[in-house]
Amino acid sequence: MTARFFLVKLVRAMLTLLLVVSFVFVILRVSGDPTDILLPDDATADTIEYYRTAWGLDKPLHEQYVRYVWSVLHGDFGISLQDNRDALQVVLERVPATLQLGLAALVFSIMLGIPLGIFAALHRNSMADRLTMSFAVLGYAMPNFFLGILLILLFTMSLQWLPSSGSATLWHMIMPVATLGMAAAGTLARFSRSAMLEVLSQSYMRTAKAKGAPRLRRIGWHAMPNAAIPVVTVLGFKIGGLISGALVTETVFAWPGIGRLLVMAVSNRDLPVVQAVVLLVGFTMVVTNLIVDFLYGWLDPRVRVSGASQGA
Amino acid sequence: MADQTQGQRLRGGTTPGLLSGITRELSRMPALVLICALFLFGTLCVFVFADLLAPYHYAEQDLLNRLKPPSFLGGISEHWLGTDDLGRDLLSRIIYGTRMSIFVAIAGTVIGATIGTAIGFLAAHFRGWIEESVMMFVDFQASIPFMIVALAVLAFFGNNFLLFVLVMGLNGWETYARLTRGMVLSASEHGYVTSMRALGASPLRIYGRHILPNIASALIVQFTLNFPETILLETSMSFLGLGIQPPLTSLGLMLGSGRDYLLTAWWIAVFPGLMIFFTTLAVSILGDWLRDRLDPTLRR
Repeated sequence: MTARFFLVKLVRAMLTLLLVVSFVFVILRVSGDPTDILLPDDATADTIEYYRTAWGLDKPLHEQYVRYVWSVLHGDFGISLQDNRDALQVVLERVPATLQLGLAALVFSIMLGIPLGIFAALHRNSMADRLTMSFAVLGYAMPNFFLGILLILLFTMSLQWLPSSGSATLWHMIMPVATLGMAAAGTLARFSRSAMLEVLSQSYMRTAKAKGAPRLRRIGWHAMPNAAIPVVTVLGFKIGGLISGALVTETVFAWPGIGRLLVMAVSNRDLPVVQAVVLLVGFTMVVTNLIVDFLYGWLDPRVRVSGASQGA
Repeated sequence: MADQTQGQRLRGGTTPGLLSGITRELSRMPALVLICALFLFGTLCVFVFADLLAPYHYAEQDLLNRLKPPSFLGGISEHWLGTDDLGRDLLSRIIYGTRMSIFVAIAGTVIGATIGTAIGFLAAHFRGWIEESVMMFVDFQASIPFMIVALAVLAFFGNNFLLFVLVMGLNGWETYARLTRGMVLSASEHGYVTSMRALGASPLRIYGRHILPNIASALIVQFTLNFPETILLETSMSFLGLGIQPPLTSLGLMLGSGRDYLLTAWWIAVFPGLMIFFTTLAVSILGDWLRDRLDPTLRR
């Protein structure tokens, strides 16, 4: 059963990945001649001819599709129109900066959101609970670009404590990480609270209390692992939010990552780079979702069994 | 079953006396929800009457009065909220920007809800490979951050207003599709549907007249979740300079261009930002309340 669960998930992930590649192929072909779009204007006739054969533009459409998938698998996304280099390379150079920012924001939102949510659940209907939930709603409704600008106004312009652009020092990270992580922290707080409340009302919690287990052990050992399941799912969804958030955050704080690269590439119509970013993000998301699914199946054996039998 | 009575009560509450129904609803609202509802009503008035409310046209320049602070901060009385780098009246631009942002959000949400619901019905009706492929597209859309997809489409096809609104409409259709499919499948098992079918009612009649009203409340709930998301998507993209293009204006675009003047004229960025923030906040709070009212099982 378990093996089947993982296999079904894996096949689904591969299919989604194929859809991502097909999506890019379709908009690429619908919007014009790829050699016009993906090669610099000053490309030599030889280069154009080389790519024409490589992409098989003289061949029927289905063969072009197979060739396209093949070239994508080999990391061949065309040449960046901006700096005449391999598009994939241009994108990969920016990955570490985005990864650094994204992971820090993820850790920030987990460290802030989950304890707040658990705390609110344990003190249900208290003032602290209400404050936490107001924070969660505010975090959700606050557009990250506006939060970023308010932070700059306060900490750079007024107090002059923090630098507002670049990524040179650790100080440069504080505002971007807070900006990017805030919305996720709000959602996590909200979900951890409701997951915790759900678990606290279960009969096994009463049993644990009746047999005299100390409060800390009941919460840490019995409640939290069970409450973790929905929280992990939400966390998986939030990764996508972090990627879109990175587009805005990196632009606001001039952070040299993929998000800023994509925004620049779209405004300059540097389509090979756009293509490479979309495929890379798609790949990352599919892999992340797969990991979340596996994690989910590992945390909750019930999912493994029922999930595989439904084929979902 | 609960859905059914809910649907009847809802319709019963609005048809006989619309006014008395509304006053009854209003009297039941908590103060915070009431404030949010009033704020949104005000926003809606701005959306409808922007031309009457705005003291100036959004593109009208007053170059002698550039970067003036709001009048309550020592600015001039002609421009309550101050002016931007071209001397355009900020209040008027916020009014027109609100109209644009609300228009795009409503259009986008309605398009997404319609497409998604229709596709959900189709998937539930035809089952088989149609359902499978619909669910595959649902998975696809759910797996990539939509903003990336939107940027890719706009980059390849070039940005224009109609395409931008359509792209906004594609945001979130998959949730409606998934939701509708699931609910239609479960509703089809209910006695009232099987008996309608036995009586020879056409599928269109069953879906439109009988199932849709019963699943409407869940769809409305989804609508209230989707609406602020669309506002944030539109404002984010316009903020990046990749959404609404000048000379048109939107709240996100104003914020984006105000970024260059944070040191000298913070109000250009802050007032549109506040407007976006309060609108999404009000919709979220009102949506939360509506969710609890329409679907008591969701209450946490």
